[in-house]
Amino acid sequence: MQIRYFAWVREKVGVEEEAIELPASVTTVADLMTHLKSLDDNHAAAFEEQDTIRVALDQMHVEQDTPIGNAREIAFFPPMTGG
Amino acid sequence: MVSCNPVVLVQAEDFDVTAETQKLTAGRQDVGAVVSFTGLCRDEGGTLEALELEHYPGMAEAEISRIAQQACERWPLTGLTVIHRFGKIPAGQNIVLVVAVSGHRRAAFEAADFLMDFLKTKAPFWKKEHFKTGQSDTWVAANQADDEDAARWSISPVDSS
Repeated sequence: MQIRYFAWVREKVGVEEEAIELPASVTTVADLMTHLKSLDDNHAAAFEEQDTIRVALDQMHVEQDTPIGNAREIAFFPPMTGG
Repeated sequence: MVSCNPVVLVQAEDFDVTAETQKLTAGRQDVGAVVSFTGLCRDEGGTLEALELEHYPGMAEAEISRIAQQACERWPLTGLTVIHRFGKIPAGQNIVLVVAVSGHRRAAFEAADFLMDFLKTKAPFWKKEHFKTGQSDTWVAANQADDEDAARWSISPVDSS
């Protein structure tokens, strides 16, 4: 699936987006975050404060316990500071 | 159904408050109240050169549209325009515009206030500060008071499922 990162999450991971094959162990957004953390130091640093990270599945805000289901795109980013 | 047909624009270019307001009032006689809010880039006591606004293309438009639809369902608006800029915005320049138009003032005031509270907490934009002094750039931290402001409206505009 396609993963996108924004703001300091993007800077810490080091890429704007990447395609990842979901392991069978991943059901929810939180599962995916745990998996991403295990990839390398950059991902581990980006997701260190996991509770702070916000998530969108197919461009809709969701909670971390949401099942990923058939979503095509998931995005991880800090709390928003627009307006 | 939504009758106010909100206009939502996410753009790098500046906007013209007067022109946007006139688009919502021209040729109609049912408008009794226009409330506009413009958010500008502050220089933070002379230290800030510019804000860099990053956004999530596609979701930014979609999320602002969801919030605008909620406002249209909640208040009897005759029109609503929301414009949010992205990219590097120097101190003193415009960032965001909300214009809410209604028959009566209360709906227009409240809808504009509601829109701004949810733009701050739900629209996927992130501000990075560029300083004049050469101090390194920093991401603006989310403000808990903004979450509390949004909670005042109790019904979240994204709980539409």
